[in-house]
Amino acid sequence: MTNWLMLAGKPVGASGRQEDKSLGEKIRGISWGLVLLLTAIAGVGFAMLYSAASGHFEPWMSRQMMRFAIGLLLMLGVAILDLRFWLRYAYLFYLFAFALLVFVEVEGQIGMGAQRWIDLGAFQIQPSEIMKIALVLALARYFHRLDFDAIGKPLPLFVPIGLVLTPAGLVLLQPDLGTAGMLLLIGAAMFFLAGVKLWKFVVVGLLGLGAIPVGWEFLRDYQRQRVLTFLNPESDPLGSGYHILQSKIAFGSGGVFGKGFLMGTQSHLNFLPERQTDFIFTMLAEEFGMAGGLVLLGLYGLVILYGYAIAMRSRNQFGRLLALGITSSLFFYVFINTAMVMGLIPVVGVPLPLISYGGTAMLTLLMGFGFVLSVNIHRDTRIGQHSFDEG
Amino acid sequence: MQQDKELYRTFGRRAAILAGTKAVLFGALAARMYYLQVVEADRYALLAEENRINLRLLPPPRGRILDRFGLPLATNDQNFRVVVVAEQTDDLEGTLQALGRLLPIDVLNHDRIRKEVGKKRAFVPITVQEDLDWPVVARIEVNAPDLPGISIEAEQSRNYPFGGAAAHVLGYVGAVSEAELTGDPLLELPGFRVGKSGVEKQYDMALRGSAGNSQVEVNAVGRVIRELSRDDGKPGQDLYTSLDMPLQSFVQQRLAAELSGSAVVIDVMTGEILAMGSTPTFDPTLFDRGLTSAEWQSLIGDKFRPLSNKTLGGQYAPGSTFKVMVALAAQASGIGPDHTVFCPGFTTLGNARFHCWKKEGHGQLNMVGGLRHSCDVYFYDLARRTGIDAIAEMARRFGLGRPVGLDLPGERPGVIPDRAWKEAFLGDIWHPGETLVAGIGQGFIQTTPLQLAVMCARIANGGYAVEPHVQRQGEFMGLPAHPEADANGPVELPPFPSLGLVPEHLGIVIEGMNEVSNDPRGTAYRVRIEAPGMEMAAKTGTSQVRRITMSERLAGVRKNEDLPWEQRDHALFIGFAPVQSPRYAVAVVIEHGGGGSKIAGPIARDILLEAQLRDPARRRPNGAVSKMAPA
Repeated sequence: MTNWLMLAGKPVGASGRQEDKSLGEKIRGISWGLVLLLTAIAGVGFAMLYSAASGHFEPWMSRQMMRFAIGLLLMLGVAILDLRFWLRYAYLFYLFAFALLVFVEVEGQIGMGAQRWIDLGAFQIQPSEIMKIALVLALARYFHRLDFDAIGKPLPLFVPIGLVLTPAGLVLLQPDLGTAGMLLLIGAAMFFLAGVKLWKFVVVGLLGLGAIPVGWEFLRDYQRQRVLTFLNPESDPLGSGYHILQSKIAFGSGGVFGKGFLMGTQSHLNFLPERQTDFIFTMLAEEFGMAGGLVLLGLYGLVILYGYAIAMRSRNQFGRLLALGITSSLFFYVFINTAMVMGLIPVVGVPLPLISYGGTAMLTLLMGFGFVLSVNIHRDTRIGQHSFDEG
Repeated sequence: MQQDKELYRTFGRRAAILAGTKAVLFGALAARMYYLQVVEADRYALLAEENRINLRLLPPPRGRILDRFGLPLATNDQNFRVVVVAEQTDDLEGTLQALGRLLPIDVLNHDRIRKEVGKKRAFVPITVQEDLDWPVVARIEVNAPDLPGISIEAEQSRNYPFGGAAAHVLGYVGAVSEAELTGDPLLELPGFRVGKSGVEKQYDMALRGSAGNSQVEVNAVGRVIRELSRDDGKPGQDLYTSLDMPLQSFVQQRLAAELSGSAVVIDVMTGEILAMGSTPTFDPTLFDRGLTSAEWQSLIGDKFRPLSNKTLGGQYAPGSTFKVMVALAAQASGIGPDHTVFCPGFTTLGNARFHCWKKEGHGQLNMVGGLRHSCDVYFYDLARRTGIDAIAEMARRFGLGRPVGLDLPGERPGVIPDRAWKEAFLGDIWHPGETLVAGIGQGFIQTTPLQLAVMCARIANGGYAVEPHVQRQGEFMGLPAHPEADANGPVELPPFPSLGLVPEHLGIVIEGMNEVSNDPRGTAYRVRIEAPGMEMAAKTGTSQVRRITMSERLAGVRKNEDLPWEQRDHALFIGFAPVQSPRYAVAVVIEHGGGGSKIAGPIARDILLEAQLRDPARRRPNGAVSKMAPA
């Protein structure tokens, strides 16, 4: 441990070639348990998409499987790249994602009342999804470079706050309340893990509360309606409260063990909206009951535990922040989606990771877990805090 | 390095806090699932069932109406229509063209179909054409494989095979009106029909049956996925009427020559209405499909009131037919049959002169003679001696002055006046002259043909309060056995309470009625039944609807033929047969027909003869009638 400082102070890439691993070592270092867990969750997703199409591979399951295969390759590719590569290009990746966000804002296609997609002909990409992992990457790099004293000062925090708020504001303009909230949550989690003093959260929180009336003015009518509907969903069962009420009926009627695969009446008779995307967890809960729902939550829980284990074992701050940032963003996805479909929070468009039908979200999430795997492979790599010049 | 350790320690601590928070939030998710899926599971399960299950009503087929022998008088017809379901065909135009080869579809219809397909959901059947003939239906069914999306739907419609021949008894059905809604969802079904008049209305609940239902699974937009369960309900009961349909047709036909009138045939022993005709009539089938405004206007604007069952709803002064009541009331008050009156052609009361219908007068008459000649002066005298209250009391015993309680809607009560009645309704005292007028069935007295038939039946059956009905009672298929049919058996009496008359008094009236048609001097001798054993007893009546002034009387009373229709006399006739053992009673009223014996008499005679010729009792070996009947 004596050479820790020295190593940290040195350009690691140049001097520490002993820390580079061969491809074989890297592949062996991949946490295959985590890969298996993710595949298992995706498998649940395939089954639900098969059911959502009333027992057909088309149109969702087959394409989702293809995406997962691509995503899996992307994840493994990301994993075996050196962690220092990602450190070096973190900001560039952030800028790339940011540029895409600006592009949709200007040129984006209109969909679901919000500009969210870039149509590339063959497929559509959703820059806000890419932004979620880009933000984690950029913040991890920023805080990695910040020493403990600097974190205690207010001034260095303005840059990362800008990193969070700028894309969040852009996404809000789309308008996409859910993703903007996700970006804020991810940002807050990163700040929290980096060691930002708690009173600063309190101050920002109070400022945020003060901004609610102002923000209310900026919300679109349909967004206001969602919040109001959340407060009393059963007041208007055929209007805006319909979706959430039908979702709760599907949940409740599923009972403990569910109605059986392909037997969900709420789902298959179209009472449940968006059953292949945002409300897919409802369909699972209807067909497999509370037991099925808890098993899936358990699988997510295990993934999160894996993320924690990898983060705690990492010997560099970048890796820790990156691993927990990605893990936390998975948690936020899961929590917001499931809480939403169960009527705990307002209806926001957040998919259930690896399960909901959707390309970009699946690819970016798997890419994010590629980072986590990379953190695991390179857990012993020591990356100096102040080395701006390493390979 | 110190800072780095500090950083790591902070990270570890904060990661733990974050992990704890996540654990708590996961716990909240699990708790919410427990709440929804265990605590509230039953409530939501019920809501899910309500979501997916739709109850559809299946209208029960309406019961048929039959005559006493089971001949159908009102039935249900299948009305076939061809419909297209857009979502079941890939090529709507092609399908319609293929259908067009079997069934011509004109351009307008084609455009309408295309428009409806555009407007409605793809699974809603759209009617292409209605009222298809059976051969067309068969052709479409045979070609079904080439006609995707095309199907045949059957709908029930009410049919009356005899058309207007029994329209007033049977009534008709029609769409449910706002006022008829009771909350029963069956009534709100499109196309559901309820009885609007006659038997259809009276026995509507029995004929209607009870609705079945079908539980179907539907999706969020209401498309039927499958049927879960089905209860076919209870079809409406068939209803046997007391009508003898061939006799009914005969009556209706016999009346058809007259402008407006009605006739009732009643079994004097059982009260069964064997026929009930009213003219002009209407076709009740038209009401089921719905009348056009013009058709409706012409029906209700007709001065001969075709929709009215005049046997129940027509009220007429009974004229001389009422004299049988006066004769009975007089005897009950102690005036014997030998009481004689000299008729000079008129009588006077105070300064007023009351004329007999026969200007020259009848001379000396006793009670039977008074009835036989229908002498007005004789009955002026009887009425004056008996008093209006005693006459009214006797008339009410025979069913006049209030509804007789027939099981058909729309019966009117008529009027039997007495002192109390005049005081109450006109606020005036009774004048003695009015008693005289009442004595010949004029003045305030109003009766319906049904009441006259019941009165006649109660005389014919020996004074029993027979009550009329149109629903056949009991399980018998033919006519009920005549109480005296079996000479060896005990004589059965009608199953009704006695009116408490002295048999001899009734005997005088029956003898009088017998002589009306069977004595050469009788007013109805010309229309007597000559077939031995089938003879009828009768009473004619002519009721004046206008006042004959003194000057007209001096100048000569104008003949009915010279008067406008509305001012002519009503022609009335009551009778029963056979005289020896009465079985059938009839009442005929021809509105503004003229003289009772001349106009109503032949109709009544023909009806009574036809009724006896159709009588299955003639087959009985001991029956008096059987020997006389033509084989």
